[in-house]
Amino acid sequence: MNKSSLIGVGLAVVLIVALLSSVGQGPSEKAKDDGKLSVGFVYVGPIGDHGWTYEHNAGRLAIEKALGDKVKTTYVEKVPYGPDSERVIGKLASSGSDLIFTTSFGYMDPTIKVAKKYPNVKFEHATGYKRSDNTATYSGRFYEGRHVAGLIAGKMTKTNTIGYVASFPIPEVIRGINATIIAARSVNPDVKIKVIWVSSWFDPGKEADAAKALIDQGADVLFQHTDSPAPVQVAEKRGIWALGQASDMRQFGPKAHLTAIIDDWAPYYVARTKAVMNKTWTSGDTWGGFKSGMVRMAPYNKAIPADVVALAEKARKGIIDGSVHAFQGPIKDQAGKVVVKAGERASDKMLLGMNFYVEGVDGSIPK
Amino acid sequence: MIPDWLTPAIMTIVTASTPLVFAAVGEIMVEKSGVLNLGVEGMMIMGAVAAFAIGVTTGSATLAILFGALAGLLLALIFGLLTLNLRANQVATGLALTLFGLGLSALIGHAFVGETFPGLPKLDIPIISEFPIIGPLVFGQDFLVYMSVASVIFAGWFLNRTRWGLVLRAVGENHDAAHAIGHPVNFVRMMAVLFGGSMAGLGGAYLSLAYTPLWVENMTAGRGWIALALVVFASWRPGRAIFGAYLFGGITILQLHVQGFGVAIAPQLMSMLPYLATIVVLVLISHDVNRFKLSAPASLGKTFHPSQ
Amino acid sequence: MAIRLEPRSEVAQGMIYGSPLVAVAATLVSGLVLFAILGVSPLDALFTFFISPVSSLDGWTELFVKATPLVLIAVGLSFGFQANVWNIGAEGQLTIGALAGGGLALLFFEAESVLLLPAMMIAGILGGMAWAAIPALLKTRYNTNEILTSLMLVYVGLLVLSWLIHGPWKSPDGMNFPESRLFHDQATLPVFVSETRLHIGWLIALAVVLTGWIVMARHIIGFQVKVIGMAPMAARFAGFNENKIIWTALMISGGLAGLAGMIEVSGPIGKIQPMISPGYGFTAIIVAFLGRLHPVGVLFAGMLMALTYLGGDAAQIELNLPNAVTGVFQGMLLFYLLASDVLVKYRIRLAPSAPIISKTGPSK
Repeated sequence: MNKSSLIGVGLAVVLIVALLSSVGQGPSEKAKDDGKLSVGFVYVGPIGDHGWTYEHNAGRLAIEKALGDKVKTTYVEKVPYGPDSERVIGKLASSGSDLIFTTSFGYMDPTIKVAKKYPNVKFEHATGYKRSDNTATYSGRFYEGRHVAGLIAGKMTKTNTIGYVASFPIPEVIRGINATIIAARSVNPDVKIKVIWVSSWFDPGKEADAAKALIDQGADVLFQHTDSPAPVQVAEKRGIWALGQASDMRQFGPKAHLTAIIDDWAPYYVARTKAVMNKTWTSGDTWGGFKSGMVRMAPYNKAIPADVVALAEKARKGIIDGSVHAFQGPIKDQAGKVVVKAGERASDKMLLGMNFYVEGVDGSIPK
Repeated sequence: MIPDWLTPAIMTIVTASTPLVFAAVGEIMVEKSGVLNLGVEGMMIMGAVAAFAIGVTTGSATLAILFGALAGLLLALIFGLLTLNLRANQVATGLALTLFGLGLSALIGHAFVGETFPGLPKLDIPIISEFPIIGPLVFGQDFLVYMSVASVIFAGWFLNRTRWGLVLRAVGENHDAAHAIGHPVNFVRMMAVLFGGSMAGLGGAYLSLAYTPLWVENMTAGRGWIALALVVFASWRPGRAIFGAYLFGGITILQLHVQGFGVAIAPQLMSMLPYLATIVVLVLISHDVNRFKLSAPASLGKTFHPSQ
Repeated sequence: MAIRLEPRSEVAQGMIYGSPLVAVAATLVSGLVLFAILGVSPLDALFTFFISPVSSLDGWTELFVKATPLVLIAVGLSFGFQANVWNIGAEGQLTIGALAGGGLALLFFEAESVLLLPAMMIAGILGGMAWAAIPALLKTRYNTNEILTSLMLVYVGLLVLSWLIHGPWKSPDGMNFPESRLFHDQATLPVFVSETRLHIGWLIALAVVLTGWIVMARHIIGFQVKVIGMAPMAARFAGFNENKIIWTALMISGGLAGLAGMIEVSGPIGKIQPMISPGYGFTAIIVAFLGRLHPVGVLFAGMLMALTYLGGDAAQIELNLPNAVTGVFQGMLLFYLLASDVLVKYRIRLAPSAPIISKTGPSK
């Protein structure tokens, strides 16, 4: 029966097309030319991840709030890397978007390819390093937030052990670990960091398991560079401290949550949208930190002593006015070799490609 | 001398394994009746979202657990109607069920992102719960953990000691023969499928109420598939399934601890361990052809045509 | 009274064409309800889902690009499924095939040879076969269930990819990001419709469909596969070598999955990255059944499946529907298609609820 039945499935396809063709011309024609600026977003996760994509979507909503009916925003979520992302970005460009934000590293080459095809559309790619006349890049100096968090952690830990739930050993994550330990050691030289890699950006169960393992091995302050709030919940339950990642995670651990390093894309997104409106948009690279508001600290936990809050705030303000830097020399790697000399600061180039641990991290980077 | 980290580490293993125990025991019952439902992941995530939504809305853990099981059961009902009544292919239907469940749960769960649930109450008997290792392990768990153990005991008793268990196994071994002597093949299978669905739903409920009391899309992260592997790993015996689940959970937790102690092996290679271990055990179990044939339901995955 | 299914004495020819139509009609009706609940105009939604993606040449080429890996894998899987060999680890075989083919491109990065692409294809096929050889060996030697071993190997394969791309194969000038270098032109599949992304992988998929059709219809292997699937006992009496069939089925499905992986990395992706396939190996299982395990049916089913993905994009962009709707909609469509198959083999009768043993029941 196989031989002939296949035609049935073929017929099904034809029928759908036929049925709907008779419905008439669809809505796709009327989308454009109502005078609004159209802004498209490509997300790697669901907007309900409460982490990376959630914050990008908050930035999108901020555009709508700030510019009201002068803009129209659209998004496509859970777009896989590779061919699908190129198709989706192309589809957004061809269906009338004026500005498109592609919000994950894996969209780098597809964004560049599509940008070449649509020279009149502006593209913004997050966390990448390839640019073109109509493709800008942007990312946050989240390590600045880790510096402030590291100071607090160094002061708050009793066991002198910080636990770190990490995703993948890429420069972004390693930079965060290093910034944390450098800051923590500057106020408490006995501190060490234990790192557990969960090989996933997003698996609440596994993140919770890793958090528990770190606590069982003596950590009493938890950092995470994964996206779900599960580690904060574990810290709350076990009665230790935790730092939120990407967004304010207070509600998941009101007692444990010391503060969080917040990715705040809203100011940048609104500014870039306005730039397109005013025809002042140019390509370039933005690596924004505290100063530009792309990185913020969530409200400090009431349980943090006033002098520690003062210390943290002083560092945050210092970073803004340039008197403080998270990677201020002298910095030694694990072998004791000086990588940043006294009086110098790590260059952006070194930070961007960072793949070594500094002194004070337990273990070595998995190869 | 017992190291300080040992007791909490074992507790972590129990937590990590409990969703797998539920789902695997349910699927054993399903497969023993001769039906292969690959939609465990979909039923589990529906259980997770339903339990969390009801838990947050009503504040009642009991209602939350009930609705978690109910959601799994409803999804299983779709599977049962399609494969048993309409005789659709079981493998394809199961996969479609997963696709459907993941989508629908995301749609329902959208309103509950960012909410929290206080978690499930623990038994915690004073003094006894404080005995080293045994205390917290045996007397300090939450309700669902005891229920998962009870479900294993129940399934073992039901399959091997009751008349209906015998019928169920007969149906799974040879549906034509079972039909010929008057057993209601499809009814038995439907009951098994529904039981499997509600157990998967309970596993999901445990995930979103106790393991990580929150809702995020796709939070089962492949645990339904692991449960399916455990069924074969356990050669369709509930007792072995709980052992397998704890072993699997144990290896997962162990590799995290090894990392914490600073052993620098690529985490990807460490993460392979549970899967490779499962393959090795599968080979060891199935090596003995006769024993394997005895435990695998002979009609597994085959469509039953009552009139032939 | 109860609804009763009565086997037809012959497969209903009319229903072979009719049942998918019933399924589509049911899906459309459910779709109307679903979209109405979500607060969008149902007709707009259906148009956006099924028509707008293919209302241009560009749309059709994108459909073919998306369908290529699904069709390639599903043709191989159907072959095995007919012989009751349940390879559900195509995702892992695809990954290893992509690594083998793509690895060759990285190894001979500067090579200017026209032989590089064919060599990569062979490497991709061999890679997929090698990964499928593990369940084949364990099944034939130790009687280990291939569903489970092939599934476990999916996770292992994905971790191998993750390990390579975070370590040895990381691009030397990629700022330590987990990606390989972009392949050179000699290692990239040519595009045959200019200004689009339609690469020759689609032609390869069509050729595979045709070959599969001929093999199933004409070759002794095709015959043996069918007999084993329908009547294993008879096959044993006839002296078919069961192990040989298991090996053949897994090598064909593994090899085609590996080829699909190689085509993805050297075609639309152009490099090796942490995520090569968004679950094509699993989706292809559904495609195989929708296509009723026939190569030509698989071709149509693969295109239909690809259309729902494209429709999902369009629904998000034009109607602001969440991505989750795509999954729900795909699920419904599949349920109805699977359910409607019943019409081919059975008559639906209203009957007294007492059990009746039909005397006209044929054995196929």
